[in-house]
This record gives sequence, C-alpha cells and structure tokens, in this order.
Amino acid sequence: MSRQTPTVELRNVSKNFGSVQALEELSLEVFPGEVCCLLGDNGAGKSTAIKILSGVFAPSAGEMLVDGKPVHFASPRDALDRGIATVYQDLAMVPLMSIARNFFMGREPVKGWGPLQRLDHPFANRVAREEMAKIGIRIRDPAQAVGTLSGGERQCVAIARAVYFGARVLILDEPTSALGVKQASMVLRYVAQARAAGLGVVFITHNVHHAYPVGDRFLLLNRGRSMGCFSRAEISRDEVTGMMAGGEDLRELEEELAEIPRSRNAAAAPRSV
Amino acid sequence: MSVESTPAALTAEGQPARGHRVVRLLRRPELGALSGTLLIILFFAAFAGDTGLFTSRGLINVLQISAELGILAVAVALLMIGGEFDLSIGSMVGFAGIIVGLGAAQFHLPIELTVLIAFGFAVLIGYVNGLLVIRTGLPSFIVTLAALFILRGLTIAITRAVTGRTQIPYITADLEGHWVVGLFAGTAFQGLFRWLADIGLIATRPDGLPAVAGIPASVLWWLGLTAIATWVLLNTRFGNWVFASGGDPNAARNVGVPVARVKIILFILTAMAATLFATIQVLSVGSADTLRGTLKEFEAIIAAVIGGCLLTGGYGSAIGAGFGALIFGFVQMGIFYTGIDTDWFKVFLGGMVLIAVLFNNYVRQKATSAR
Repeated sequence: MSRQTPTVELRNVSKNFGSVQALEELSLEVFPGEVCCLLGDNGAGKSTAIKILSGVFAPSAGEMLVDGKPVHFASPRDALDRGIATVYQDLAMVPLMSIARNFFMGREPVKGWGPLQRLDHPFANRVAREEMAKIGIRIRDPAQAVGTLSGGERQCVAIARAVYFGARVLILDEPTSALGVKQASMVLRYVAQARAAGLGVVFITHNVHHAYPVGDRFLLLNRGRSMGCFSRAEISRDEVTGMMAGGEDLRELEEELAEIPRSRNAAAAPRSV
Repeated sequence: MSVESTPAALTAEGQPARGHRVVRLLRRPELGALSGTLLIILFFAAFAGDTGLFTSRGLINVLQISAELGILAVAVALLMIGGEFDLSIGSMVGFAGIIVGLGAAQFHLPIELTVLIAFGFAVLIGYVNGLLVIRTGLPSFIVTLAALFILRGLTIAITRAVTGRTQIPYITADLEGHWVVGLFAGTAFQGLFRWLADIGLIATRPDGLPAVAGIPASVLWWLGLTAIATWVLLNTRFGNWVFASGGDPNAARNVGVPVARVKIILFILTAMAATLFATIQVLSVGSADTLRGTLKEFEAIIAAVIGGCLLTGGYGSAIGAGFGALIFGFVQMGIFYTGIDTDWFKVFLGGMVLIAVLFNNYVRQKATSAR
C-alpha cells in the first residue's frame, strides 16, 4: 500500500524458548502514519512479538530492520534510542507519583551543576501540562498523583510521554483492554491523532471492536503463526472476528448455549407460585 | 474535580489557584508526623511542663535520643520509599561497634583507620544485602532477617574469640581531644552556650558553667543528614528514581530507571547509617558491646512509618522520619520526667504505630483516589 521504507520491519522472525515455538516466521511492516493491528487470542504470540520489537528478546531466527537497515537490540534502551517506544498496559505509571514526575520518569530534566544539580520542576510541570493539553486532557495541577487520573487518562499520559521523547513507532500493548467504553474511546482517539501526526503505531489487542475503527492493516496471529496481513479494504470486521482464534470456538459456544434453556426459573416458576 | 475538560479550569501560568497551596500541603506525607509532634509536645507541656522536660537539659536529652534514632530512621525511610526493608541494621550497629572497638582497643590501629574500616564493612554488607535481594527476588524482609542473625552471631562469636568477652572497654582512653572523637561525639557551640548561660537564658550549674555544654555532634549529624536526604529525595533524579523503584519497579524499569542500582545504593546507605550510629555511640560512651543496637531496626521502621512511609514503598518522606524520631525521643523522655512507669513506653509506642499506619492509609487513599 505504500512504496516508502517501513520504519520497522520484521522479516521471517521466529522465537523459541527451548522446545516451545512461541513465534514462527512472522513478517511485519510498520509504516509512518499507519496503525498496524496485531490481533490474536491469549497465547497467540502477541507478547513475544512485542518483546522482540521493543528489544526485550532477540529473535531466534529472522531479521529485524529499522529504516531498512538490519538492527540487533541488546536492551529496551536500544529500541528507545531508535525511536521505538512501548507502552505497556499496566506497567507504565507509578500511581503514587505526580503526573509531572511520571512524565519525566527515567529522563528527568535537570538544571545546575555538580552537587547542586537538581530537578527542573517548573519545566517538568509546564511540559506535562502542555503535552496533556495537546491531547485534550486539562490538568490543573501537574503535581497531583497519577492515581487520581482515570485509566484512560493514565494510558494517554504514557503515550504522550513516549511521543514527547521522540517516538517514531508506538507499540501499544492492550491499551484499551482494561478500560470501559468511554475511557477506551479516549485512548483510540489519541491513537488516531498520533497516526495523523505521522507516527507508526503497532496496536496489540484481542478486541476487534477497538482495533477495527483505527486500524489500517490487520495482522492475525494464531499459535505463533501469522494467518495473514490484511488491509482494511480487504477485510470486514466480521471476517476479522471470524479469523481470530476463538472465532470458531465462539460460534460453537453460541450453539451450545442456545441449547441450554433460557432460564432455569422458567421451569421452576410454577412451583414457587 | 482536578481534571476538567474545560479550558477555564487551567489557571494562568504562575498564578496557582487559591487554596492550591493548602491542598498541596495537605498532600505532603510528613503532615501526620508534624501534627503528631505538635500534639505530643502540647501533651507533655500540659502534664510535664514543670518537671524539667522543658529545661535546656531535658530538651537536649530529648534531642540526643531523637538524633540517634533519627540517623537510622532517615536512611530506613529512603529504603522503605525505595520499596525494601532492612532488618539487619540493629545487628549492623553491634557489628560496626565492635569493629571500631577491636581496631582501637585490641589492635591499636589509629582511630581514623578503624572508623574507615567499619564504614568499609558497612558498604560491603549493604552491597551484599542489596545484591541478594535483587538477584534472588526474595522479599528483603527475609533476606535481611537472615542478615540480622548472621551479623549478630558473627559479632558475638568474633568478639569472644578475640577478647574472650562480649564487651570492649577503654576504647577512647588515649583519644582525649582527638578530632575523630570530636567529629562523632563532640559538643558544638560551647561558646554560645556559655554566653547564653552568662546572660541567664539557660540554667547554670553550681560551678557557674552552663547546665548544657552545647549541642551534641549526633544532633548535628541527624539534622544534616535529614536535610540532605530530603533535598535528594525531592529535588534530584536519584530521588525520583527512589520513588519510582518503590512505587512500581516494573514501570520504572520500562522507562529506563536503573532499579537494581538504586536499591543496592539504598541498602548500602542504611548499613552506613547504622555504622555512623555505632561510631557515635562507641566514641561517646567509650566502650562497645556485642548487644548494642538490638531492636533498633524496628524502632527505625516505627519512626519512618510515623513519618509517613508506606510499608508498600513508593511514598514517604525523610523529614517525616525526622519528626517520627522526635516523637520517639519526646515520648521516651516525657514518660521518664512525668514519673509514669517507663514500662509503659513500649505500649505507648505500639499504639502510636497503629494510629500512624491507619492515618497514612487514609491519607494515601485521599491522595490517589480518582476524584
């Protein structure tokens, strides 16, 4: 769909842990300004794929390329330095710390020198407030604890932080799965904004209803294998659901459930009257 | 309430909303300890106002007790904020004490070298504690509980093997006026206190000298360390990493905070604080005892918890631990001066801890619940 070089590319990447094959010959391209959804049930290999992209694991076989050049990440730090930022579902924020402190965690702005080097609180507060305002979340006091924010807002702080620190590719690990409908749509809206700003996004989820509205391409994983990569034009929401592991199981379950009487009380009711 | 979707909620830069500062103050973790300290002072002013507790002598006694515990508590507070415990510091106090004692009295090493060796051991033991916790992934409670027994056992065994006894007397016999003794066990501002006595602001003894010679070195160490720890915690990158490592080590690691290094440094600092405590004690009293520091690990945790530290890490204050130690000193001396049976001290202390923990939990819920 695009002639340009992908920002990040996996070519026939496999990963095994001992005799367990977690990922088999996975190929994946992430282009700027595009949301690539990685779909699959639990155990499909999604987290292994994320961990390879973010530099936690090295692939057992296959190649990883950034801007068309092969790379080997030794640590998540390497991936970050290349502009690949991963936002983990629950592991992004420290609830008891302030928004500003969380925003700059690990990359605190300092002023002064030597033993007098200290955090630049006014700068941190201002940037945290501005960056949050850009995505439509108004915070009155950047010194308030992150724990006072809703789940969706916390997820947005984590994404805003990655963007501020120069991410070109965002890897979002189940960013919406723990959220309610309203909170999830706040995050999805932000994902669309990030895409519009030219970032590449890898959106990992098992929720088709969250993936389909923002996704440009859908890569389906099942038991460590790719079941194909489809552009939005090629596939409908129902087809995606059907192809996901569990789609078939769900249909079976539906039939099975249909045979159980709607209500046990229906049978018991006459007695109790 | 705090997060609004209308631009009007955003106050102009540099003009925080009124009440804003008050809210921020209420959110400080040391608030409980500060109000507790004031309450305790008022309580003893009412019931022991004329017993000598509030004379210069009495207050210096309070400060001295508070200072010794406070030196431990400030390091323990940092470690607890970093998400770990160190139960071995009481044993470390005994161990460091006999290192200083053996070096000076048994092997006749220069006192500078002896103290330096003791601090060297502290760095090593703190490092081993930290490394074991990080590498094994076991709770630090268990790892340092083992260290508590190992260190205490080593202290007694080594001392008895070398000297045949469990006490080392006459450590400072030949050190009259030595600068190292002055540094750890001296008395500061003696001139000022003599002048204060001359103009009648503090009481004098029959021989005309002030009732209190000056401020003990331990008090200055305590105040200095508390100030530095507070500054580091609130205003440096390392401080932010301490909060992050204790608040959520995984989240911290994911954004590049060197969690393992931070925690190991904190373990080293607690062991060094224990050694400082031991050095002050040994050089003040002039003797070392293998049982010194027993139960200090818990007293330090009590002071830190009263000071607002959460047992789960990620929240707390160094200055709060200072207030916690001050409460401890006031209660201990206050009970003594009021003539209450001192056996009741521990009952009171336990009650204080319970109240502090309940209060802290309430404050934390207030601070983090979505509004």
